[in-house]
Amino acid sequence: MLKIEALSRAVLKPVSLEVPDGICVSIRGASGSGKSLLLRAIADLDPCSGRVSLDGTDRSQITADAWRRRVTYVAADSGWWTDKVGDHFEYPDIAAGYLVRLGFHGDVMSWPVSRLSTGERQRLALLRAMVQGPRVLLLDEPTSALDPETTAKVESLLHEKINGGIIVIIVTHDAHQAGRMSERRFRMQDGVLSEEAS
Amino acid sequence: MNYIELSYLDIALAASLLTVNAGLSIYYRLGTAKRLLVAATRMVVQLTLVALVLKALFHTVSPWLTLLVGLAMVGFAGREAMARQDRTFIGFWGYGLGTTSMLMAAAIVTIFALATQFHADPWYDPRYAIPILGMILGNTMTGVSLALDRLLAEADNGRARIEARLALGHTFREAMQEPLKSAMRAGLIPTVNGMAAAGLVSLPGMMTGQILAGVDPVEAVKYQLLVMFLLGGGTALGVFCAMMIALRRLTDPRQRLRLDRLRVE
Repeated sequence: MLKIEALSRAVLKPVSLEVPDGICVSIRGASGSGKSLLLRAIADLDPCSGRVSLDGTDRSQITADAWRRRVTYVAADSGWWTDKVGDHFEYPDIAAGYLVRLGFHGDVMSWPVSRLSTGERQRLALLRAMVQGPRVLLLDEPTSALDPETTAKVESLLHEKINGGIIVIIVTHDAHQAGRMSERRFRMQDGVLSEEAS
Repeated sequence: MNYIELSYLDIALAASLLTVNAGLSIYYRLGTAKRLLVAATRMVVQLTLVALVLKALFHTVSPWLTLLVGLAMVGFAGREAMARQDRTFIGFWGYGLGTTSMLMAAAIVTIFALATQFHADPWYDPRYAIPILGMILGNTMTGVSLALDRLLAEADNGRARIEARLALGHTFREAMQEPLKSAMRAGLIPTVNGMAAAGLVSLPGMMTGQILAGVDPVEAVKYQLLVMFLLGGGTALGVFCAMMIALRRLTDPRQRLRLDRLRVE
């Protein structure tokens, strides 16, 4: 279970939330309302106050890199630090097993990053986080650059992972996606998180 | 040593070359005459003042005065290094980073050189200490400001790349590996180029000066080699030290990328 207690930083008002295993939570809201800031704060990427714990372990008790391996943030803009796609994956072999399901053909792992489209980068950035086996995935608009068919592929894979017990917090502009993916739906407005009536 | 002493007339004759240039510039309206004359005048005044200060300083041989002048030089070098940055740290470290690393590198290398190769007696004799310090500072300053500029630019522009790695659970050191490599390279390029081209493309200034002043070329080369090694060592040490401080300031105990500590000019 992911437990968030009074997590806050500039712009973001204190957020408290408990998310049990195998649950997906969605957050919608206008640009600049603080959705990404909340995900970053949960991943401990920005200075913030409040407490966050996973399965009873407070994040301050473990190193930041160990925390982020368990609670992994996938940004809306993916970052790539070397030329070859495969070099960004800790377990390229495991990742290769998912490529076809995500709509890839051929040996994308040997491609240069510059050859990838925006949508391809988005899916690969999600995959490279997923194959590291995190307990929580914090996804910032993971399908914003994808067509409906590819979006469905990504959602199906995510459903499978959620059923397997991982926790997903997804930021999306798409109300339908929020409906398809999440058990609990939230809105962010001017830094205040509130649950939508189901 | 057959050393040809220069008269003021000799120097005035050399300066007349600039006057010819200035005349040409005025005739063809190139607009460079004024700048040329201002720069030349500044140089004459600055160097004359330095000569007077050095003369007085060499005369006294006081450890405290030497230390004071040395610290003032480091302070100016720190300012100069900071002024060349597009991005600086907010607060003390904006000025302190370059200054601290240059102080470290220059002090270590200068004292090392004074104590071993030069056998200056007393070791703080300003006749040796001040020129060596000045030379090392000049080179270290260039290296440190180039490396720092590159590191901070890469951190700022490469935020998505660096934070992608942090988010995946890489340590800050791992995430900064590429920017750090690139910055170290940038800082050491002038030193490496200087060593590689020495003697082939140009005769280094100090060696040329010594040869003109009548020193045997082999002796001049020995001095030049010593100086190049001191400069190379000092620059590398200063750059390394600046990078370690900068990396620490760019992150915090939770291994975040703290670009909020930077001010972009």
